[in-house]
Amino acid sequence: MKLIILDHYSQASEWAAKYIRNRIIQFNPGPDKYFTLGLPTGSTPLGCYKKLIEYYKNGDLSFKYVKTFNMDEYVGLPRDHPESYHSFMWNNFFKHIDIHPENTHILDGNAADLQAECDAFEEKIKAAGGIELFVGGIGPDGHIAFNEPGSSLVSRTRVKTLAMDTILANARFFDGDLAKVPTMALTVGVGTVMDAREVMILITGAHKAFALYKAIEEGVNHMWTVSAFQQHPCTVFVCDEDATLELKVKTVKYFKGLMLVHNKLVDPLYSIKEKETEKSQSSKKPYSD
Amino acid sequence: MRGGQGAVRAPVLQFTNCRILRGRALLWEDLWVRGGRILDPEKLFFEERRVADEQRDCGGCILAPGFIDVQINGGFGVDFSQATEGVGSGVALVARRILSHGVTSFCPTLVTSPPEVYHKVLPQIPVKSGGPHGAGVLGVHLEGPFISREKRGAHPEAHLRSFEANAFHDVLDTYGSLDNVRIVTLAPELGRSHEVIQALTARGICVSLVADLQAAEEAVQSGATFITHLFNAMLPFHHRDPGIVGLLTSDRLPRGRHIFYGMIADGMHTNPAALRIAHRAHPQGLVLVTDAVPALGLGNGRHTLGQQEVEVDGLTAYVAGTQTLSGSIAPMDVCVRHFLQATAGCSVESALEAASLHPAQLLGLEKRKGTLDFGADAGQGPTQGGPGQPEDAGVLGVPGQTSWCSMTPSMSGPPTSQASWCGRRRRPGSDRGPWLERTPSPSWTLSGLGRRGAGLRGASGSPAPGGQP
Repeated sequence: MKLIILDHYSQASEWAAKYIRNRIIQFNPGPDKYFTLGLPTGSTPLGCYKKLIEYYKNGDLSFKYVKTFNMDEYVGLPRDHPESYHSFMWNNFFKHIDIHPENTHILDGNAADLQAECDAFEEKIKAAGGIELFVGGIGPDGHIAFNEPGSSLVSRTRVKTLAMDTILANARFFDGDLAKVPTMALTVGVGTVMDAREVMILITGAHKAFALYKAIEEGVNHMWTVSAFQQHPCTVFVCDEDATLELKVKTVKYFKGLMLVHNKLVDPLYSIKEKETEKSQSSKKPYSD
Repeated sequence: MRGGQGAVRAPVLQFTNCRILRGRALLWEDLWVRGGRILDPEKLFFEERRVADEQRDCGGCILAPGFIDVQINGGFGVDFSQATEGVGSGVALVARRILSHGVTSFCPTLVTSPPEVYHKVLPQIPVKSGGPHGAGVLGVHLEGPFISREKRGAHPEAHLRSFEANAFHDVLDTYGSLDNVRIVTLAPELGRSHEVIQALTARGICVSLVADLQAAEEAVQSGATFITHLFNAMLPFHHRDPGIVGLLTSDRLPRGRHIFYGMIADGMHTNPAALRIAHRAHPQGLVLVTDAVPALGLGNGRHTLGQQEVEVDGLTAYVAGTQTLSGSIAPMDVCVRHFLQATAGCSVESALEAASLHPAQLLGLEKRKGTLDFGADAGQGPTQGGPGQPEDAGVLGVPGQTSWCSMTPSMSGPPTSQASWCGRRRRPGSDRGPWLERTPSPSWTLSGLGRRGAGLRGASGSPAPGGQP
């Protein structure tokens, strides 16, 4: 695991965006080789999306040969509802970049047969060659996507009933009215995310600190599903200072000390504008422990 | 959705780098158009899985819905009230020329005339969709002849009529057919006006008032929705007798309804303070109109219009050789600009809505016109240098059906410190107000006006109001 600790939310978002940018450009995607990216929703990744949009607008990054797979979607919420994850992705990301609609994949919470929809989603991931980099967030209860406490650590894409904690946390988006919050969602499983070649988890804010502690300093436990990534060969946790408040001082000092090395992942920052030098970088592998 | 299959196959246009007026606010959003309608891009993305076929950069301009002028008596030498054979082509000429003012739909207005004129002219002005050829005709606005003798203003007394005898039948006899009529201005204090108002409203015709307060309130209960050019040709506001001006804040209107009122914001016909008061009293009802006369759009100098000799000087038209105003000649975009400056606190959004959304709401057309909401009419969208547009103006012209024209970013700048109002002393005897005399052109008029097809020209080459473009 690489634990990346930045001072503030904005820096953490920027680091994450730079990392994604470098990964895509180094991968050198093309019409027969798409970069498959798993994407989250929620308030945590907003800063990261803004930076990625900025890189696109500056001409440094293109999503033309990127395929995206979102983690989850509410069941029963109309697709054009302002709180649906389709709306979220459209307004906060897709409409600002050059991704082709056919390369985006979001679970359909209004499908006639929900489990069939989930199975089809798994097939689409397989057909795309698996996910290169899955970006995710973490809930205050340590969940990844909607894999609530108690979810199997080898689960696949399926329908989940939402925990009360999650419903309460989401109520703020539905005028504070609990009756309006969806109670079920389609979500990728822990196993699905574990299949990705690389996983990046964004964790910011003091309210996530305990979950982060449980995820990386305690054992693998299905009550804190993010802990499953302790067994993934290539995981990056990107946090701000506040998210580390529950960690041991020793842990924080250790990883802060490694920032000198970890920052080499985002510096030099590549751009599609310098295509020629890019080709020669293809042999460079990201730092790995 | 019009056209069904054909519309779905039509190319998708995406206008980028612009601010659009949507939901009462100016947002940095792209505007998507397909098949003459404004398109919901999210739906296109997720359902049809399509991207735009063509992208156009708007250079940071504001895209606003096309203006709707519900009161315009003519222009460019054409007088709609003249009973000639060529009325149709006259209307078409005006329709084409006002595009450059940002107007994409209008109601040709006929002033009080003898019945023969109505019988001859009305059938020649059918409702017509707009397009690159010209603004759309929404229907005729009949101002008169059922107005009161005392407050007739410039309307010829000889042709005033009443419908006391046969109510609606009198109306039909006078006008002939009502097929092409959209708005009728009448005085509700005339006897049996309630029957007439109800009959007209039942046919979908908007009824507008010139009246005193009580009669007006009752008329609104019967279905009237509009006040024709507030303050002009009506009794002034008095604190014990507010007159029709009191309708703006009346507590006797039917629940859920509010009144609309036209205002001529050309800097001449209404003092900016009065404009501000009306706007602050009732902002959602304000509808900007030009009430333009045939001298609109003619260059400076002397012109012969029918029986009259008219002298045009900048934004004012006088009966030749006199100081008497002969009507308004400010184009709609100038009115919007002046309105924005006069009501220094009002937003660009309000000013644009007063000329687009509010008239659309008045006529019940707000689903299709006066807005940039999904599904509204869009024509082919704004293009650079449309007919009559100078390329350097930084403005996108509107050869489309109703949708929009755009303003330069300077529209949103602060008003200049130089007063745009040059009102002077009272001038008794004129029905349009006390401040009419030959004043030096206010700083914001445009050296541009006077050139043909002046349009949205204010910001280019003249001391720009609200900052340089």
